[in-house]
Amino acid sequence: MTYQLETAAHPETLRRVAIDPVSRVEGHGKVTILLDDQNKVHQVRLHIVEFRGFEKFIQGRPYWEVPVMVQRLCGICPVSHHLAAAKALDIIVGAKKLTPAAEKLRRLMHYGQMLQSHALHFFHLCSPDLLFGFDSDVTQRNLVGVAMAHPETAKRGVLLRKFGQEVIRVTAGKRVHGTGAVPGGMNKSLTIAERDELLKDVYHIVQWSRDAVHLIQKVHTQDPGLYNSFGIFRSNFMSIVGHNGDLDFYHGTLRARDDNGKLIFDGVDYQQYDKYIEEEVRPWSYMKFPFFKSLGKELGWYKVGPLARVQNCDQISTPFAEHERKEFVDYAGGTPMHAPLAYHWTRMIEMLHAAEVIKELLHDDDLLSDDLMVEGERRMEGVGVIEAPRGTLFHHYRVDENDLITMANLIVSTTNNNQAMNEAIRHVARRYLHGREVTEGLLNHIEVAIRAFDPCLSCATHALGKMPLEVELVDAEGQVVHSLSRAG
Amino acid sequence: MSHTFTLDGKTIPFEDGQTIIQAAIAAGVFIPHLCYHPDFKPHGSCKLCTVKVNGRHTASCTMRAMAGMVVESETAELNAERRALTQMLFVEGNHFCPSCEQSGNCQLQATAYHLGMMSPHYDHFFPNRAVDASHPDVLLDFNRCILCSLCVRASRDVDGKNVFGLSGRGIGTHLIVNAKSGQLADTDFSLSDKAAQVCPVGVILKKRRGFAVPIGERTYDKAPISETANGN
Repeated sequence: MTYQLETAAHPETLRRVAIDPVSRVEGHGKVTILLDDQNKVHQVRLHIVEFRGFEKFIQGRPYWEVPVMVQRLCGICPVSHHLAAAKALDIIVGAKKLTPAAEKLRRLMHYGQMLQSHALHFFHLCSPDLLFGFDSDVTQRNLVGVAMAHPETAKRGVLLRKFGQEVIRVTAGKRVHGTGAVPGGMNKSLTIAERDELLKDVYHIVQWSRDAVHLIQKVHTQDPGLYNSFGIFRSNFMSIVGHNGDLDFYHGTLRARDDNGKLIFDGVDYQQYDKYIEEEVRPWSYMKFPFFKSLGKELGWYKVGPLARVQNCDQISTPFAEHERKEFVDYAGGTPMHAPLAYHWTRMIEMLHAAEVIKELLHDDDLLSDDLMVEGERRMEGVGVIEAPRGTLFHHYRVDENDLITMANLIVSTTNNNQAMNEAIRHVARRYLHGREVTEGLLNHIEVAIRAFDPCLSCATHALGKMPLEVELVDAEGQVVHSLSRAG
Repeated sequence: MSHTFTLDGKTIPFEDGQTIIQAAIAAGVFIPHLCYHPDFKPHGSCKLCTVKVNGRHTASCTMRAMAGMVVESETAELNAERRALTQMLFVEGNHFCPSCEQSGNCQLQATAYHLGMMSPHYDHFFPNRAVDASHPDVLLDFNRCILCSLCVRASRDVDGKNVFGLSGRGIGTHLIVNAKSGQLADTDFSLSDKAAQVCPVGVILKKRRGFAVPIGERTYDKAPISETANGN
């Protein structure tokens, strides 16, 4: 299958522009663009340049090590990997249903992560583009610029993230790479002091999250010409949904819709995910391309993450976030919104929901209980799925009779968005770069489209701020005709 | 009969037959060590407990204390040597603290912190070592073995089973299981054996309980190794 602008017919005659690495995203990736003599775009690709190998090197390791080991995939959303692995291993140790305390503590940890990750992405990584403009002065287009021009906004961003990190610390033992979840439950509950410390701050965290929704809503609705069409493409979308179709980040069943919002499948037990989803490998990227089996490679690709989740659920269980969801749905006019920049709006609705759920959980005395572990009939295989900040995350393991991992398959959130991100940047390249001289501001448009998805390109440690960037225009003879660079 | 020697200028009393490290521990003074354990005969192999006695290097776990000795331990020179030895132990095996369930309870890790080890410094060997998961209750992860021989001594001298041994010579020395198959499942090893309790690192592990103790409540979360009773 060849997608438009994925592969040029005669690349050897074209010049290549590379954005390497893409900045203000998690992990490392690059974009290559092939242009002809008239600067017409013939090929655009988002490449993932790192190979991680976790699925291979955890083979032969004891299963109880996995939730702690695999979270090292990422420095931003380790909790997602930690919990997805723990959920898969719950199945293996026969803990089909956790104790109420363990489930609520895990949920608290996860919603804390959702809050900190969404705050980081919106305030630290994207607000410079959204507040100053995509091709604004590059020396201002960063978090320091935001802190100088909008100090209260920047401060709230930092403190929202800090609160989320504190939630993680009291549930997992550390802000990054803790050990809270173990197969069958949790290794710690909250002390009264830990709970009260969080309770002190949670009310203004909810209010600040509401304000953040209103900020992005205003930015979006003030410029519908840009925000409703930038990088737009139509696609299927998927997420897990909770009980009664609620938005749920921790647990639920798989639901997928087509680009018109019609159900493709619903209520699917994620233990059966491989009957519904398949992954395609393409030679030019380390990231696989998943698709719905029932629709095939060409039509079956989809998007995940906030824009998918908020439109896939039937309602949100917390009042403020539900009110904002309805506002968003009304704005979209009753049909699915596909604009990539709407990810920001829905991401802030999710952050608000996370803050509200944390507030509710902190009033639940189950968090203080020491009834934390269950076990049951041992199994050899388990799948854990969770809605990570960036989308649906699958962990699938098989374990032998000696307790060692024999097989692991991970479909990380960003992988689900692989084709979607490529489509978005191709749209932007056609719209903004086609036939024009390449400038830093124009190239940032490509990055803006990628950032909307909040990708974790290698699901590794995150890189923040000014990163090294070199762009070269090379003519058909291989001569550099134009170059831009900035130091790291 | 009680005598005294000086350790870093402090007067340390000792009984006849006590080694320097035994007297130091009894007096509440910490000397870094890995292969020494108060319940077993000294082995003198890790060399972490090396001190200077009257200006000469010697292992404090094997050297008997003598009246009037002048012993140096907490010096920049000796700690630099101990740090180098610790770094060599890290690169000889596969010690991945971030995902190791003994993290926070590991003497090697705690000693590295104590000595201010900031990096492994030397090139990693990345040896290819197997995991023995054959036993129903115990996992052996040879990646983390530092050849302290505590399990060998415990199994031989206390359990009377001789389950473990050190085989090979020099850099080829490695821990083995005394069974025809080489598998722990084919021995009479039991979780209640003394040998199952003495590993200072993460080789001999009770199965299916990793990470049960939360961060903050692990041995060396509470106090550094120099402040635990005897460092074991």
